[in-house]
Amino acid sequence: MRPNRQTMDANEAVARIAYVASEVIAIYPITPASPMGEHADTWHAQKRCNILGTVPEIIEMQSEAGAAGTVHGALQSGALSTTFTASQGLLLMIPNMYKIAGELTPTVFHVAARTVATHALSIFGDHSDVMACRSTGWAMLCSSSVQEAPDFALISHAATLKSRIPFLHFFDGFRTSHEVNCIDELSLEDIRSLLEDRFIEEHRRRGLSPDHPQLRGSAQNPDVFFQAREAVNSYYDRLPQIVQETMDQLGSLTGRHYHLFDYYGDPQAERVIVMMGSGSGAVMETIDQLVASGYRVGLVQVRLYRPFDVAAFCAVLPATTRRIAVLDRIKEPGAIGEPLYQDVVTALYRQRASGPMDPKLNAAVIGGRYGLASKEFTPAMVRAVFQELERESPKSEFTVGITDDVTHRSLTVDTHWIVEHADSTEAIFWGLGSDGTVGATKNSVVIIGENTPLYAQGYFVYDSKKSGAMTVSHLRIRSKPIRSTYLIQRANFIACHQFSFLSHVEILSRAAEGATFLLNAPYGPEDIWNRLPIEIQRTCIDQKLKLFVVDAESIARQAGMAGRINVVMQVCFFALSGILPRDEAIRQIKLSIEKTYCKRGSSVLEKNYEAVDLSLKGLHPVTIPNQITSCFSQKPLIVSSDDFVQRVTAMILSGHGDRLPVSAMPIDGTFPTSTAKLEKRSIAAEIPEWNPDLCIQCGLCSLVCPHAAIRVKAFSPDQLVNAPNTFQTRLWSSKDRPGDRMTIQVAPDDCTGCGVCVDVCPARSKEAVKWKAINMVPKLGILERERNHFDFFLGIPDADRKGLDPGTVKGSQLLLPLFEFSGACAGCGETPYLKVLSQMFGDRMLVANATGCSSIYGGNLPTTPWSKDSAGRGPAWANSLFEDNAEFGLGLRLGLDQREQNVRRLLRELSNDLPQDLVRDLQMAEQQTESEIALQRDRVSHLKKLLSSNSNPIAEKLLSLADSLVKKDVWIIGGDGWAYDIGFGGLDHVLASGKNVNVLVLDTEVYSNTGGQASKSTPRAAVAKFAAAGKSINKKDIGMIAMAYGHVYVAQIAIGAHPLQTIKALQEAESYPGPSLILAYSQCIAHGIDMSTGMSHQKEAVQSGYWPLYRYDPRIAHDGGKPFHLDSRKPTIPFRQFAAREARFSMLSRSDPARAEQLLQLAQGDIDDRWHYYEQIANVERSLAGLIDEVHA
Amino acid sequence: MSVNLTTHYLRLELRNPLVVAACPLTGSMESLKKLESAGAAACVLQSLFAEQIEHEEHEVFRLYEYAGDSSAESASYFPELEKYNIGPKPHLEFLEDVKRAVAIPVIASLNGTSPGKWVRFAKMFEMAGADALELNIYFVPTDPQWSAIDVENRYIEIVAEVANQIAIPFAVKLGPYFSALPHFAKRLIDAGASGLVLFNRYLDPELDLETLRIKPHLKLSTPDELRLVLRWLGILRDQLPCSLAATSGIHSSEDVVKALLAGANVTMMSSALLRYGPDHLVKVLAGLEQWLLDHQYDSVEQLIGSISRNRSADASAFERANYMKALVEFTRKGQWA
Repeated sequence: MRPNRQTMDANEAVARIAYVASEVIAIYPITPASPMGEHADTWHAQKRCNILGTVPEIIEMQSEAGAAGTVHGALQSGALSTTFTASQGLLLMIPNMYKIAGELTPTVFHVAARTVATHALSIFGDHSDVMACRSTGWAMLCSSSVQEAPDFALISHAATLKSRIPFLHFFDGFRTSHEVNCIDELSLEDIRSLLEDRFIEEHRRRGLSPDHPQLRGSAQNPDVFFQAREAVNSYYDRLPQIVQETMDQLGSLTGRHYHLFDYYGDPQAERVIVMMGSGSGAVMETIDQLVASGYRVGLVQVRLYRPFDVAAFCAVLPATTRRIAVLDRIKEPGAIGEPLYQDVVTALYRQRASGPMDPKLNAAVIGGRYGLASKEFTPAMVRAVFQELERESPKSEFTVGITDDVTHRSLTVDTHWIVEHADSTEAIFWGLGSDGTVGATKNSVVIIGENTPLYAQGYFVYDSKKSGAMTVSHLRIRSKPIRSTYLIQRANFIACHQFSFLSHVEILSRAAEGATFLLNAPYGPEDIWNRLPIEIQRTCIDQKLKLFVVDAESIARQAGMAGRINVVMQVCFFALSGILPRDEAIRQIKLSIEKTYCKRGSSVLEKNYEAVDLSLKGLHPVTIPNQITSCFSQKPLIVSSDDFVQRVTAMILSGHGDRLPVSAMPIDGTFPTSTAKLEKRSIAAEIPEWNPDLCIQCGLCSLVCPHAAIRVKAFSPDQLVNAPNTFQTRLWSSKDRPGDRMTIQVAPDDCTGCGVCVDVCPARSKEAVKWKAINMVPKLGILERERNHFDFFLGIPDADRKGLDPGTVKGSQLLLPLFEFSGACAGCGETPYLKVLSQMFGDRMLVANATGCSSIYGGNLPTTPWSKDSAGRGPAWANSLFEDNAEFGLGLRLGLDQREQNVRRLLRELSNDLPQDLVRDLQMAEQQTESEIALQRDRVSHLKKLLSSNSNPIAEKLLSLADSLVKKDVWIIGGDGWAYDIGFGGLDHVLASGKNVNVLVLDTEVYSNTGGQASKSTPRAAVAKFAAAGKSINKKDIGMIAMAYGHVYVAQIAIGAHPLQTIKALQEAESYPGPSLILAYSQCIAHGIDMSTGMSHQKEAVQSGYWPLYRYDPRIAHDGGKPFHLDSRKPTIPFRQFAAREARFSMLSRSDPARAEQLLQLAQGDIDDRWHYYEQIANVERSLAGLIDEVHA
Repeated sequence: MSVNLTTHYLRLELRNPLVVAACPLTGSMESLKKLESAGAAACVLQSLFAEQIEHEEHEVFRLYEYAGDSSAESASYFPELEKYNIGPKPHLEFLEDVKRAVAIPVIASLNGTSPGKWVRFAKMFEMAGADALELNIYFVPTDPQWSAIDVENRYIEIVAEVANQIAIPFAVKLGPYFSALPHFAKRLIDAGASGLVLFNRYLDPELDLETLRIKPHLKLSTPDELRLVLRWLGILRDQLPCSLAATSGIHSSEDVVKALLAGANVTMMSSALLRYGPDHLVKVLAGLEQWLLDHQYDSVEQLIGSISRNRSADASAFERANYMKALVEFTRKGQWA
């Protein structure tokens, strides 16, 4: 075994090179590149040095544009600088990239290539981002595998210094960036030998300095700009040779030889694929199989894409080449072909024109798209491409991997054709995010990859949910390096780590005949068979599977590791797969545990060891009968009367989205709402049970429920005629509705079991204080009963909005939530705000949602929690980008205002045809209260009736716009990463505009969605990613910045601390006719808290003065009014007390007590000062001029 | 004329009988140095709580595992730090630092509720240079199936395990709540303990009338608490060949004298030092010396146990009658009239 063999993913491998090769690293989180920045930040906190012997400076910026600017500046000072990014982030860097290249400045941007959002966002991989940079003047070098990633990273760093041309080094997002594989790691000596001092010195000498002043970045006129632009040509001409020399240098050190273009396949191939990126792994495997069968096929892998060396490309093509298929991982609508295709065509043309005639240069070239957004790219698809090349008239433009039944460009793929690997162990592990399956599989890769002569590869697939997320881990083990860059197609080992999956997931669809099936189940070998659904039994019998069962949960619990079944399942895998002798496997697993958890302490190690030792005792073989005996089938995940939902959503949900043809998909990314309610994920082990005798009807449980899974209804007793016998109610305490009943009902299959409702319930039993009016109980005992209750509950009519007071907690909770059952984290701190917002204004709101957690749990397929009321009204939701959300929301407002102006004009024009009082009322209507809005809707309805029988052409126009006469709210929603950082410039401008938009910032004080990186909202003393040493600067007071305008309504709220203030602030913001900004404290799992107590944390955040509550209402700013009102009391507990309960603060006290103490004191000072400041502001009188209502003016 | 203040405790020769009990002051190097300067003869470092260490280790483990690897966008939600300072290491490093910084004997304290981990931690303390060890066994038997003998056996098991594994002397810090304390104390000594510390003051629950929750509550001791200690010192002194330390209610030189008279080899102080500061020891030591001089004692050793149960004029005074007599006397004085 080679001494430098390591297992890791490409992100880590690349970050290791970039870190030691740089002095300044500017970072910003974006999937899938974030881990590179995180690694760099962690190493910085550990004071690791680069090759120059200094600790690189790591600086998180407000956006990728900021990161690129910082890199540009660092480079101009003569420093070695780099950054990491992807997708939209890379697009934000483009302006600087032009500058950096134009100034011939050596640097490398490492890109985990990712889809650019179009009809939808996708976090997954393709080349649409890097291809957008073709014209920047950067060299583009593509890595196709985890091994190539660090190799090409180093080649990039070396070649950029030699050539002065900046490098965009990219590799496929997820497929390469997140694939764990065995690599030979480059040594520091290797790195040093390639990064020659003389080139570093030359770069330094070019740096700006007042000691030898120069001017760079001038503005040039038409007389010279063109010539100056051409002055760089020779540098680009030289670059391919420099890159090849550097590749050769690396080859002589490592034995890994690369070229600008590498050919693989039959030397006399007639059909050749040209491509770059990870898909080449699948192509090479296919070629091996086809060549062995006598086919003359081959592959040209493009390494250096820019500059494109025509001669080198043509040289590697076999002389026998007759047909070429160029595969692009991007779609460029409207183009003659995708970028690489066009380059290849041009290259052949140019070579034909410039040299002696060579038949291969006349090869026919076709272009195809594959693998967009990490769409699987398998050997069967590769074979289909080669087959297409064989046809008499191949499609000149094709797609592969999908079924295009609209424009018929797709190739037909024989999905049963697979590449066999005789010696391969192919294992699939189905798990839950929380059970450690992915971590255990990663450890298995390391165990095998670093301790045996074998090679191992791990790749991981996740669903879109943040709670109860299913993970599928793919583990390959072979005696040769693994280049299978696609999911396992025929598994000889399948493990199901969660028994509940069997009821609805096709766990065994990829099982090979004779495969081992390991099942974690709470049943023994005698009982398990009849607990399996018919489909699972059938596959077990038909595929002659070997079934084993282990009660991993019991073993984990016995070892003191309840819920963490990963170790048990890992031991069983090694025992059954026979990869290593059992004793050796157990020894290696324990070593791996020690390596992984050594920092966690000896007691953690001991419990893991105990789980290892107990595992095999609980592993039992199961005799599979020769016939199906089960009396139940797997359940469909969704049953809906909506055709689209049934055809499309249900397919995606059941894991068969790949099978949907083009015709099934909306052409513009538009999807129906109200679909999360169809999922019925039933992920909770415990759910709340209501005790009506104790309930005080405060509504808090419903208010704070992050998943809208607890509902309140008040109704006439008549509604109970058909109620189930066990359905519980109590008298509704309301003067207005004497005799009415009320109930609190859990949605048992939608509850995540987070327990937040129990935490906030103030009603306790007098006899036993541990019992509240809401208590968590095991779900299984009450599931059927509560399902019946919930069904009945849904049938009770919703309260009439006109008769309710949404300005109270109780009143607001009688309103139907139009944001329900999101897949957010259990106990999420953001979603209660969205839910109450949807209750209060959902039937008239448009949501502009910044990219982030809220756009994922709000809009990630297959379903959405945004929903509709019985009249079909509900929030209309859209996500534009991360950085532009405020502007996007403003655009919505302006558009709505235009519609309203139009409809008012039309109404005036048609006023003679209409009843005058109707026209007057429609134009003058107040629409502040629910009743007023209902009245206006009635008027509009009446108007529509009148218009429908009016033949005036204006009437027709007015009819189509009439709904615009009813008030519409624009809510601009996003997290602190957007509001404080990347979107702040736009947000500031939108607030300054004076337009009537409402901005809700769900402030978790970190970039939650990408894993908890620090933002400018992150408080002093908190540890976060990108602030691993504890943030040293106080958070930005964005509320005060907004208040400085005077005309912006601003409120800071915390629903768990002061629910009424939250509701009041939302109401005031909505009613304010100008811009409003609401900062909502949102606990997050990145805070390191028990999420069931999130609302208690909110209370302490307020009590400590850490999160003061206030409202600033410009409407009061006249006649000596004091518009700023502090809604929370003077701090009553020290910040330290609040901080001690949150790991984000208390972890630093462990890792660096002295710094923690210093930061805690400073943070207390921040709080004291801010409170003092706010107290003074609360006494300030303002007299503001107010806003002009341009719509109604 | 001077008196010899030297005493012996856990096979250690101490310059006087004033030992600082485990308390926040012994968790700080600065205050330890002050205590040594003020006359402390030895110090018991703040306890290492075995269960707390395990709890902290598991919380850090859970923090990093929670929601880890469950989303394509975020494999974790917290940066991996270089170290967490969990486990006994910080405690052991502090012990080593203290040993280097002060000349007085340093006694390490280990606190726990269940057998199993004691030996490992005790050996760590020994390796780190502790002169002696104090086992602070804390166990509240809530299960009606547990008998008194079950509880006692649990203590004995721990003590025997530790005695088998370490060479340095150790004492057991006890609570007063045992049905037959002398019998149990003898079993502890037979199992290998070199001394007893009488008595532990437990963290008793307090009820919050607003939240209706139980909250921890610890008050500083008062001199009145010494009397329970005096009784058991007097009873055990003559019957057990071991070191005895008096703690709980030692506030003044008079308290020290009383404890020594009843049979303590040393007295341990914390509440008074927390209240008055390390220099309080100077006053107590001077008071002790003056009392010995005034009463013509040559040495502390002379004093120890001179009013123990066997050596007092009235042995029954340490027994139940003592309480009755006091009660009668109070009544006679008409306190309840």
